[in-house]
Amino acid sequence: MQLLRLRPAFEGHDVTYCTVSRSYQHDVPDHRLMVVNDADKSNKFGILVLLVRTFIVLLRVRPDVIVSTGAAPGCLAVRLGKLFGARSAWIDSIANVDEVSFSCRLVKGHADLYLTQWQQLAGRDGLEYRGNVL
Amino acid sequence: MIFVVVGTQMPFDRLIHAVDAWAREVGRDDVFAQIGKGKPPSYIGHERTLTVERFNECMQQSSLIIAHAGMGTILNALQWDKEIIVMPRRHSLGEHQNDHQFATARKLVDFAAIPVAMDENELQQMLRRPDNPHASRSGLLPFMRNLLGEEAGRSGSSISPHASDELIEALSDFINR
Repeated sequence: MQLLRLRPAFEGHDVTYCTVSRSYQHDVPDHRLMVVNDADKSNKFGILVLLVRTFIVLLRVRPDVIVSTGAAPGCLAVRLGKLFGARSAWIDSIANVDEVSFSCRLVKGHADLYLTQWQQLAGRDGLEYRGNVL
Repeated sequence: MIFVVVGTQMPFDRLIHAVDAWAREVGRDDVFAQIGKGKPPSYIGHERTLTVERFNECMQQSSLIIAHAGMGTILNALQWDKEIIVMPRRHSLGEHQNDHQFATARKLVDFAAIPVAMDENELQQMLRRPDNPHASRSGLLPFMRNLLGEEAGRSGSSISPHASDELIEALSDFINR
C-alpha cells in the first residue's frame, strides 16, 4: 500500500514489484509481479524460505535499485541486494511512530537512502526525514 | 455494510469476536470480516484472506470499516473515503511482533479525530452508542496533516493517490542518481 503511493518516482523505469500475494497484480496490471512468502522473526523456518525465495527473485530480476517500505521481505531484499550490486532505498513504514522497526535497524548501513516518515525520528540511527506517503 | 479488517499476519480474535458479539446482539447481518489466522466468528460473514479485487469490492460497499491499527488499512480507508474505527493489537497478547500499533493508536487518540478503541470493551461501547461516533473524513484528514506537521497540506476532501511531493522527489532523485 505504501509502496504503491510512491509510484510517480518509478516512472520511466522498468519496474518489478515483489510482494507476498499474487492478487496484488490487480494493483499493478502493467508490471511484472513476483511473489515471496510472508514471514517474521518469530518464524525461523519461514525466514529461511524467504531468504531463498528472495535470492531467486534477485537472481531473475537483477535490479539496479531496490525500494522498500519495510518488514522482513524488504529487509532481506535490501541486504541480499548488496550481493547483486543493487543500490537500495529504505523508507521505514509510517506505522513506526515512536521507534523504528527491527527490520529498519537491520538495514542500517546497508541501505543507501535511509528514511523515516516521522520528523521526530530523524537523526536516530542515521535516519533522514524527507516527507511521507500521505 | 460494515467491513472488518485485521490483516493476514497474526490472529486478532479480540476484535473479531467483539464485533461478532455486537452484530449478533443488534441483529446486524451486513457485517463481513477478513479474519486472517484467527478463530472464526459464529455470527458474521467471514473469510481468512481476500484477493485485492474482493478487498476493494468490500471497501467500496462499506459505510464503516472496523480494523486493527495497521497503516495499510488506514491508508486504504482514507483513499476509499471511508469512516474507520481502529483498535490496536497488543504484543503482550501475542497479537503482534511489537506494540507499535499502540503508539500509532495513541497518536490518533491525542488528536481525537479518529475513533480508537483501546480494547474490545471500548470497541463494543463505541458500537453500542446510539450516535455511533465514527469520525468523519473531514475530521480525520486535518488530523492526519496535524499529526505530520503539514500545516498547508493538500486541498480538497480526498487523500491524494500519491505520497508527498517531497518524498517522491527524494526517491526519484535517488533512483536517477
